[in-house]
Amino acid sequence: MVEVKTTEILPVRSSEDVVVVRTAVRKLAQTIKFGLVDQTKIVTAASEIARNTLDYGLGGEVSLELVRRESDQRSGLRLTFTDRGPGIPDIARALTDGWTSGNGMGLGLSGTRRLMDEFQIASNPGEGTMVTITKWSR
Amino acid sequence: MEHIPILRMGEFLLITIQVDMHDRLANQLQDDLTSSIVKHGSRGVLIDISGLEVVDSFIGRMLSNIAAMSRILDAETVVTGMQPAVAITLVELGLSLAGIRTALTVERGMQILRHEGERDQLQQYREEAEEESIPGSELVPEGGTAA
Repeated sequence: MVEVKTTEILPVRSSEDVVVVRTAVRKLAQTIKFGLVDQTKIVTAASEIARNTLDYGLGGEVSLELVRRESDQRSGLRLTFTDRGPGIPDIARALTDGWTSGNGMGLGLSGTRRLMDEFQIASNPGEGTMVTITKWSR
Repeated sequence: MEHIPILRMGEFLLITIQVDMHDRLANQLQDDLTSSIVKHGSRGVLIDISGLEVVDSFIGRMLSNIAAMSRILDAETVVTGMQPAVAITLVELGLSLAGIRTALTVERGMQILRHEGERDQLQQYREEAEEESIPGSELVPEGGTAA
């Protein structure tokens, strides 16, 4: 079981919002004592997905949660990005290194997955996309 | 309008990125920098990112673009001061910043740029010497005698 301790919701509608999300994620990561490398990984991952939400999902929001896992009492940071954009028709392909539908470098999703402990993505064409990423403290 | 300052030092341009970049600021920097290179005939660009706590694929792409644009305008780019945590994250993300020269410190970055400049000059002297000398005389291309 995972207990949610706090929740904060931020908009992802402009490139300035992406900067705000990065700052908020960094602050939260510091409260649960992530090391500097893990902090950097989480903030970078948040930045990648936020940019996807903005560029491909045409804007949306992110929910920032401090969570606690009952099994081993570890704290974690969970970010859920949702948009109501066109969705991703082929998720498996979107998760492939080097694949891109836009003008990026094609490593947003696959690269982000490597930076985090958990990565979930759900998308329905025409309805939007939801990406959830989690990192647990060591 | 916000700008990232570009400092001129002789034939080089120095940029320190200390703020979290958003799109417009990044695009503005590309515009300002390419204009400065042409205006001053700069031979090298040094970008210090020691103040950046995060380099995501957007910033990575911007750095690659700047290096490519500068190269086309006959200026070398060196990126200096990357924090260790940023390097670890970039590699795991799958971003190796191919095509970008890096140095640990501004001092070493400047050495690289100066060295590049000297090599260009040397090349120029050689070409001039070749034109003046009789074809096939003392200036043998590197590795040319081994065969």
